[in-house]
Amino acid sequence: MKIVVPVKQVAALDEEFELLDDGSGVDPDFLEWDLNEWDTFSMEAALQIRENADGDGHEVVVVTVGDEEAEEGLLSCLAKGADRALRIWDESLQGADVLAVAKVLAAAVERESPDLVLCGVQSSDAVYGATGVALAGYLDLPHVAVVKGLDYDAAQATATVERELEGGLVEVLRVEAPALLTIQTGINEPRYATLRAIKQAREKPLQVSDLADLGLEEDAVGQAAGSRAVALKPPEPGEGAEMLNGSPAAVAARIVEIVQERMSG
Amino acid sequence: MSGVLVIAESRRGELREVSLELVTAAREVAEAAGGQLKVAIIGADAEQVGPQLGAEGVDEVLTVTAPQQHFEAHVWQKALEALIDSEQPSLILAGHTIDSLGFAPATAARRALGFATDVTAISWADGPRAVRGAYGDKLHSELEFPGKECTLLTVRPGLFSPATPGEGSVPVRAVEANLENVARTEHIEFVEATAGDVDITKAEFLLSIGRGVEDKDNIPRFEQLAERFGATLSVSRPLVDAGWMPSARQVGQSGKTVKPRVYLAFGISGAVQHLAGMRNADTIIAVNTDPEAPIFSVAHYGAVADLFEVADELEQALG
Ligand SMILES: Cc1cc2nc3c(=O)[nH]c(=O)nc-3n(C[C@H](O)[C@H](O)[C@H](O)COP(=O)(O)OP(=O)(O)OC[C@H]3O[C@@H](n4cnc5c(N)ncnc54)[C@H](O)[C@@H]3O)c2cc1C
Ligand SMILES: Nc1ncnc2c1ncn2[C@@H]1O[C@H](COP(=O)(O)O)[C@@H](O)[C@H]1O
Repeated sequence: MKIVVPVKQVAALDEEFELLDDGSGVDPDFLEWDLNEWDTFSMEAALQIRENADGDGHEVVVVTVGDEEAEEGLLSCLAKGADRALRIWDESLQGADVLAVAKVLAAAVERESPDLVLCGVQSSDAVYGATGVALAGYLDLPHVAVVKGLDYDAAQATATVERELEGGLVEVLRVEAPALLTIQTGINEPRYATLRAIKQAREKPLQVSDLADLGLEEDAVGQAAGSRAVALKPPEPGEGAEMLNGSPAAVAARIVEIVQERMSG
Repeated sequence: MSGVLVIAESRRGELREVSLELVTAAREVAEAAGGQLKVAIIGADAEQVGPQLGAEGVDEVLTVTAPQQHFEAHVWQKALEALIDSEQPSLILAGHTIDSLGFAPATAARRALGFATDVTAISWADGPRAVRGAYGDKLHSELEFPGKECTLLTVRPGLFSPATPGEGSVPVRAVEANLENVARTEHIEFVEATAGDVDITKAEFLLSIGRGVEDKDNIPRFEQLAERFGATLSVSRPLVDAGWMPSARQVGQSGKTVKPRVYLAFGISGAVQHLAGMRNADTIIAVNTDPEAPIFSVAHYGAVADLFEVADELEQALG
């Protein structure tokens, strides 16, 4: 059995970030990188399925579309127990949108022909919430989005999953592998890697490929893109909050006042 | 290709409110899109729900009857493709909802559509334009869709005011789609959210804590603070995911929608799914160390401060 886990190294803005002069993006000096929170849960789900499966030869493969910055995320997955990693990058992928990334992932996943593909529900920086299901679309795989419970029966190659709906309603459904699921936070307790495992992760296979290695043309990926970003801007200042300034004591005093006024009115 | 097609949504026989919000959003660009405004509903209940969708400004309601009683992603995906073929819209609007995210991206990929999710504003200039958040809503990204004849946008719920439901005067047409043997998942059951010890939707004053509280051991302190303050304690999702608090206390899209008189948020960033559950509170007060936290965009009062220091002082002040 093979499980492919697409993961993303996400960027968070630090508190005093600045935009590039041409407005095309954020000055990279102000970005902090980390493995996407959702992907720690999909990774854990994959490891648990592998550990519960009978026999050997089961494999968890992590894959990312990203520049060198993304390697750290792959290493953390290898340290937790992924068997091997694949990083795909090409300068033309800078700023690639959700459909372009899904197209590239599709080429990589197709070569692996896994039983399961486990994505995260969303990435915390782009928040498309769409890469997984787009990937399933390209590969014509059955898919379920926003999975918060997963029971994989390897013998039957069937997954019974809980799909989380609005308001905490859950739909239980069954899907046959090969299938793609997008995994929601809280489905499990992601493990931490030991220091030793972190050191050993560097010994595990990590393959770097470009588009040509996957048989993809730059043009085809560019055409797959669903949108083009024309500007990145701070949000329009709305009415905005009235800021409570001063010492913590002053802030607390104002909060008490506001609450008393609102609750008595 | 021309005109705007709205994909409405129902669940267990009921129209979901986002459907009528999409009608409002579509009305703003339908004329510029040079064609009709049509609203489609897919499902076993399409014909019952359909007439309500004939709101002002809607030219036609389309129904696609699905063989499944409940939403099934692959059936909906196929139905959307059939609608694209028969109606040839230049813009399609769906909700940025759990159901849509289960099928819309697959259609966008397969049909090479222009595509963006969680869109917060739409306009038209030689084609659709959209705005969506970036870096967790700290920035806005403006998008265009060059070279695309048809663009599919999923629109954030709760931003457009819902259109008044129609009374059945708008024509309804059934669109044929071959949906037999298309499903690839099997529905087993729905499980309702479990009820908790308190109903946070009834509370007038919520003290709500988020990941900023850092540790499980800090929670009793905020339970006590809430009690002294006369507030009910609620939380953001990470505290439920970590098993620190029961899900009945969770505010947001996958938790409860609350509308208290006062919502006091400590260490909550204001992710879209959290805001979905509390943005309509009468008074929102947010305490966060990050001046750029999106929660400040919906708060009435904000303090850029350390929540523990403010909590210390509140404890003092409340005695
Ligand atoms: C389908 C789906 C459904 C979801 N449903 C929900 C839902 O119902 N409810 C929900 O809440 N989320 C939901 N989420 C998750 C949501 O996307 C966010 O991940 C979550 O809301 C973040 O919670 P948070 O603000 O507590 O944590 P974070 O985003 O990590 O924010 C913590 C904040 O605390 C601040 N902070 C840190 N230390 C301090 C300090 N000492 N003093 C003051 N401030 C401090 C930080 O600046 C930061 O802004 C959902 C996600 C998905 C994909
Ligand atoms: N660049 C990427 N490389 C690998 N996987 C990705 C990438 N971007 C998104 N994903 C996957 O898609 C999920 C959802 O991300 P998004 O659609 O960007 O919100 C993530 O949790 C990952 O599983």
